[in-house]
Amino acid sequence: MRIAVCIKQVPDIEARLRVSGDGTWIDEEDLSFVINESDGYALEEALQIAERTSGEVVVFSLGPERVREALRKALALGAARAVHLKDPAFLGGDSLSTGRALAGAIAAGDFDLVLTGSQSDDVGFGSTGTVIAGELGWPHVWLVMGVELDEANKKVKVTREMEAGMNEISNLDLPAVLEIQAGLNKPRYASLRGIMQAKKKEISEPGPGDLGLAPESLGETGAKIEVLSVAFPEAGKGAQIIEGDAETAARTLVEKLQKEARIL
Amino acid sequence: MSAKIWSVLQQRDGEIQKISWEAVRAGQALAADLGGSAEAVLLGSGMQEAGNEVGQCSLGSVHVADDESLAIYTPGRFARTLEAAIATAQPDYVLFPHTYQTVDFLPGLAQSLDAALVPEAVSFEIVDGSVVWQRPVLGGKMLASVRAKGPGPVLVSLQSGAFSADELEKGSAPIETLSLDFAAMAPDREILGIEEAVGGEVDLSQAPVIVSVGRGIGDAEKIPIMQELADALGGELGASRPVIDSGWLPRDRQIGSSGQTVTPKLYVAAGISGAIQHLVGMKGSQVIVAINKDAGAPIFNVAHYGIVGDLHEVVPAVTAALKEASES
Repeated sequence: MRIAVCIKQVPDIEARLRVSGDGTWIDEEDLSFVINESDGYALEEALQIAERTSGEVVVFSLGPERVREALRKALALGAARAVHLKDPAFLGGDSLSTGRALAGAIAAGDFDLVLTGSQSDDVGFGSTGTVIAGELGWPHVWLVMGVELDEANKKVKVTREMEAGMNEISNLDLPAVLEIQAGLNKPRYASLRGIMQAKKKEISEPGPGDLGLAPESLGETGAKIEVLSVAFPEAGKGAQIIEGDAETAARTLVEKLQKEARIL
Repeated sequence: MSAKIWSVLQQRDGEIQKISWEAVRAGQALAADLGGSAEAVLLGSGMQEAGNEVGQCSLGSVHVADDESLAIYTPGRFARTLEAAIATAQPDYVLFPHTYQTVDFLPGLAQSLDAALVPEAVSFEIVDGSVVWQRPVLGGKMLASVRAKGPGPVLVSLQSGAFSADELEKGSAPIETLSLDFAAMAPDREILGIEEAVGGEVDLSQAPVIVSVGRGIGDAEKIPIMQELADALGGELGASRPVIDSGWLPRDRQIGSSGQTVTPKLYVAAGISGAIQHLVGMKGSQVIVAINKDAGAPIFNVAHYGIVGDLHEVVPAVTAALKEASES
């Protein structure tokens, strides 16, 4: 099995966030970046499939220079090589133009399967994998909770999470795109040996021309939506914050639940 | 220009979920603000009764695609049906309930229509004649305002609870059958079955008090401090998704869009930041208490009482204070 995995590098949102100067995103300076959570599960699933089938994992990511660090990490975990779409023409897109670029890069290889996370923890469109599938003309499933490969018949049996505790079980013909839900497996840690080997692995950086893509269909220019601003949700209607050290606050809370909310 | 707004309802076995009525209400509100007409679309098999139910809303019309091939959802058939209907009628905005099913097919539909896609909107406003949508980003910590650019329809999925089904305007709408070449639409996956996910043992929906734990607990070994608080309150233990994914609690304790929806008398959220997927499962609770060390966590926006602090200190202190109060 040759497997393409698309990962996104996202800011660690536990950090304190500030709106950027132009008001359309957050200030990325001083933030640390991580591989998007569900993409990490997609990578792990791909590595396990590749190990079982003597296959190979190639990892793709679209984003600025900092993304190289996430690709290095994926290489240390076991991906064979990486493709970094960093040309400015690729950047600033919505899920449609981002998916178009990634699909263009994937189409240049010969893959049986594309795995990616179901949703990014920053922008959260939950759409990019489905767009990649549409561009490639392959079937897809979003929010995948189980993957069973039938290599001989070139099929994959997929469990999709539905609402209200139900799952859909379906069969897809390969090649296909699966958008993985977090929790599917136990992502591994990089070994020292893996980290050393990763330094010698190739990270290619094709531009739009190398992939036969028209720059105006990509990135911000190719996007169908524009972000006007980001803001913190309005404060004021939120919680009554109880002050004091843990013990004082706890006592006050219990008193309020008894006398004010009258639910104890 | 008069805008044409469609709301696409989702149904299962002819039963229309609340979130679909919210999408119809959003269509009515958008039509009123833009000066246009709101219409509804229903897809499925044996849709006569459901179609009549939708027809009791104040709408320009209800378009019904009723065919055996639509009895079970597949993205191929649903997206192709809507693609054909939208290409013919050319609505300006098409609103969907933001469900897992919608997310599964909507990006592909937007792609084939070359339409703008706005997933998970929670509100809109009209600015200089164009519609600006708000949607959560960064785990719900911030809201982004986005706008479609260029020509073509705008496809929007609306988060649960963003619009109120109670405000739905009643009326009478003509039912129109969508005559399409259903036989030409191939499913792109073979559905083998729909089954219950494992482990639905605990029914949290009946618990009067739920003490819920999130990623902030940091370690499975710390779960007992949460259990002690739940015991002191006579409640059940719940959890947000990351705790379940880490295997620290079984899946039947999960609260949120992919777990259970609860409305207890008291809901205590400790170490839960408050991503929208969690909030939709608990925001109807009577009293919500949030304990989190991050003062900017979105959970504080829905909570009634909040303590900003380390749950490892605060939770045992609350348990102790409860015992103290019951002894005095």
